[in-house]
Amino acid sequence: MKFWISCAIALGGAIALAAILKNEYFFFAGYTVLMFIVLATAWNILGGYAGYVNFGTPAFFGLGAYTAAVLFKAFELPLALQIVAAATMSGLLGLGAGLLTLRLRGIFFAIATIALVVIMETLFINWRYAGGATGLQLLRPPPTAPFESYIKMLFVVMAALAVIAVAIARYIETSWLGRGLRAIRDSEEAAEASGVPTLKLKVFACTVSGALMGVAGAPMPMYLSFIEPASTFNLNYAIGALASPMIGGTAHYIGPVLGAILLASFQQIVTVTISNEVNVLVVGVMLVVFVVAAPDGILGLLKKIPWKRS
Amino acid sequence: MEFSFDLLLEAVVFGVLLGCFYAAVSIGLSVSFGLLDVPHVAHPALIVFGSYCTWFVARYGLDPILAGVVLMPLFFLLGVAIYRFYYETFEKRGTEAGVRGIAFFFGVALIIEVGLILIFGVDQRTVEAAYIGKSLELGDMRIPLRFLVAFGVAVVLMAGLTLYLAKTFTGRAIKAVAQDEPALRLMGADPVRIKQWAFGIATATASLAGALLIVIGPVDPGLDRTYIGRTFSVVVLAGLGSMTGTLAAGLILGITESIVLMQFGASWAPAVAFGLLLLVLGVRPQGLFGR
Amino acid sequence: MISRRTMLAVASSITLAVFSGISLAQGPVKVGMSMPQTGSLGAGGKAALLALQIWVEDVNKRGGLLGRKVDFIVYDDQTNPALTPSIYTKLLDVDKVDLLIAPYGTVPTAPIMPLVKQRGLLLMGNFSFQANRAVRHDMWFNNAPWNDARSWSQGFFEAAEKLGGAKTIAFLAADQEFAQNLANGAKQIAKSKDLKTVYEQNYPPATVDFSSMIRAVRAAKPDIVYVMSYPNDSVAIIRAVNEIGVGSQVKLFGGGMVGLQFTPIMESLGHLLNGIVNYNSYVPGVKYPGIEEFLKRYSERAAKEKVDPLGFYLPPFNYAIGQILEQAVAATKSLDHKTLAAWLHKNEVNTIVGPIRWDANGEWENPRVIMAQFRGVADKNVEQFRQPSKQVVLFPPQFKTGEVMGPFEKVRK
Repeated sequence: MKFWISCAIALGGAIALAAILKNEYFFFAGYTVLMFIVLATAWNILGGYAGYVNFGTPAFFGLGAYTAAVLFKAFELPLALQIVAAATMSGLLGLGAGLLTLRLRGIFFAIATIALVVIMETLFINWRYAGGATGLQLLRPPPTAPFESYIKMLFVVMAALAVIAVAIARYIETSWLGRGLRAIRDSEEAAEASGVPTLKLKVFACTVSGALMGVAGAPMPMYLSFIEPASTFNLNYAIGALASPMIGGTAHYIGPVLGAILLASFQQIVTVTISNEVNVLVVGVMLVVFVVAAPDGILGLLKKIPWKRS
Repeated sequence: MEFSFDLLLEAVVFGVLLGCFYAAVSIGLSVSFGLLDVPHVAHPALIVFGSYCTWFVARYGLDPILAGVVLMPLFFLLGVAIYRFYYETFEKRGTEAGVRGIAFFFGVALIIEVGLILIFGVDQRTVEAAYIGKSLELGDMRIPLRFLVAFGVAVVLMAGLTLYLAKTFTGRAIKAVAQDEPALRLMGADPVRIKQWAFGIATATASLAGALLIVIGPVDPGLDRTYIGRTFSVVVLAGLGSMTGTLAAGLILGITESIVLMQFGASWAPAVAFGLLLLVLGVRPQGLFGR
Repeated sequence: MISRRTMLAVASSITLAVFSGISLAQGPVKVGMSMPQTGSLGAGGKAALLALQIWVEDVNKRGGLLGRKVDFIVYDDQTNPALTPSIYTKLLDVDKVDLLIAPYGTVPTAPIMPLVKQRGLLLMGNFSFQANRAVRHDMWFNNAPWNDARSWSQGFFEAAEKLGGAKTIAFLAADQEFAQNLANGAKQIAKSKDLKTVYEQNYPPATVDFSSMIRAVRAAKPDIVYVMSYPNDSVAIIRAVNEIGVGSQVKLFGGGMVGLQFTPIMESLGHLLNGIVNYNSYVPGVKYPGIEEFLKRYSERAAKEKVDPLGFYLPPFNYAIGQILEQAVAATKSLDHKTLAAWLHKNEVNTIVGPIRWDANGEWENPRVIMAQFRGVADKNVEQFRQPSKQVVLFPPQFKTGEVMGPFEKVRK
């Protein structure tokens, strides 16, 4: 019950901000933070719970973005349907990729996921209807009532998607699915031996993870009014999706949220005040520092503090 | 576009030259990942770093290849340091070289890439040498000398490394550590020192590979992303731990890429390395000569 | 009770403000843009930026715009189209600029066209090609001497006709907004002239090695090779042509290669440029009112700032953007975008690159793209390009200085 109340507060807060604040740039930047919450939460379902490091975030994210863009160009599909279509396509990609690659161990799986990104990017570079390497310009439709500005609308939509993603992650974590995934992460052989359907669980996690990443990508073409392959399939999304849970903590669904808020907000501030490169550098350094010194993330560090009980 | 036998022949020749170059670029990874099991995603980034170091030194008049050779001892030390850090933080604590090891090296690669951008900017860098810009005429074909030079140096590098691993004491110790570490320990040798040495050698090859990279074409800080696919593709296709396999795999990659380039155009070429990789992982994961 | 001292302080500061000529109430006029200062277009962007900075200084010496000082806010977009939407959103919502200039180049400009159209903003184009074709924004005004593909290619195809007997053509184009816009138009013109396309290739913008493509071009044996490329690829293509050769039957080579107008690239390619017939916006010898005096001032500044010392291609046209804005603002006495746009559509503006009048799409009604052939260029010599003979103007007729020579590989020897 507490969880759902927090969700309602978060969503309500987002709507309130949209009604009160005037400066559009806040929503422009805030959208990115919310998007990374979704990406980090999605990544953690496979990466954190099951322990399979996935560098393929841009493939699923990009497929979701392009699905939305192409459907908008062809049929002027409304945003809600774009999101559903993106979820379906990226979910299918997750299913297929999972079946093909989840039999591979550790690093081979990780490299195979990078392969997925490059292959998806190459496919879209060669698809002229989707703009090829040149890219596609898109004119936004007017925002649906009661929103007066499209960016504010996207901000609230992404807030809703973040809430949904976290709810799904929470459900998986606390159910038998989560137990099975944790068993796989701790020792896959032991899990197999005790009858856990490891492949089915892993593929399920990969599908859900992929679908959520696609959902995070769907509003992107409308956000920028432009889409092109190199930036859409950029490995920087992989790094952000991976670093946020590593920094926040991978064991609990709040970890990715925490990590994403910290990392993405920091990035937005640095980009505006200093430079884009310094922001990527900081992400890299933070990733290395946390991976080396605090493998359980911030949540792990918090657990270590002896909280006084009165 | 019509199919032409002459074009095919030229594509194969270029493929062989390029393939040897790919093999030389990947041989360091064959040692660090193939033999030592280190998930070294940052190897291409070190190569690009090597290219920039070569560029920097070459500005003082030194031939780029020579510059690459001169830098090798420094890179060796860098490799030893990196391995030492990796060992202390990950392998020693018993964590499986999986999740965190890969994330660590990815972070390192990122730091190197962005570091290069901050120091040198995003622009492309090239070097000049007597053999860059001229070509050799062979019948109807004209082969740029820079490819021939890179090919020659690549062959020497690989031959040298293969001989080292087969004939010298430390070389054979490295192979032993890869095959059976407990047995080596029982014989009184320190596997950690041997692995450190091996990783240092692997990183030293990155210096020369970087020099070859900037001789073949312009480099920019983001180039490491293109080469992650190629190097891992070569190493996996070769079969982990096989040096001769690396050459064969490099040639296969080079020729395939060249033919795809000729027949389907430059927009499909980036997918060749990764496509090959996925194919190998799906069909024969132990590669051609794997252990 | 207000002390006399306070009264004196207040009175003197008001007086000071009034006499310093700066309006207290409104502050400076902010002009904002992103300029590619690194990446493929970086060399040209830096030169263009200097020209705009010179204009800002000039206009502030004259009292600014509407009596207010001009503040110039610039970011580096690294020739990366993915960065410009967020940069321009930042300019509008964080920096709160009054006037917008587009980044130099089609590729960084294309992504922000929907943005400016939907927010109803005036945008001064900066050497982009057909960036407004799809969006059809009525508040767009370009500073480049071309209009559509015909205006660009006419000189190139005429040169081919002068050489006689050209029946086949090859197209090599980067897969990006500029090159594709130009390629689409040029292919239609080629078809209308009954030229047979024997080779066409679109390459990804990041391609660095063209050996394979040049080999394929050679094998196809075209009479004309029309290349549409950005600076990094232009250089790589020319080096590949030098290494591999494009075939002795090629009569004409070039057309749409960006970057061969940047001084650092001209200097580094040297004799490899000879024979290439390519577009330009200005070459020494062309008479525009005030341009030679500007170029002298620019050269002095450029030497100090270590930027392109000749400044032929972009700087005069970027200075012209400033002149256009200045005249529009002065005539309408307003910074309102709709008012300015309406005035610009109705009036001709005089600049150091000649008089400019725009059509409904915001492109020049009277295009004057120069097609010139490089001849007798030596290596590592910047000053040689001040001589008109190094770039022989073939088109348009009012600037013509010579006849085209071919075949291509013969002229290069």
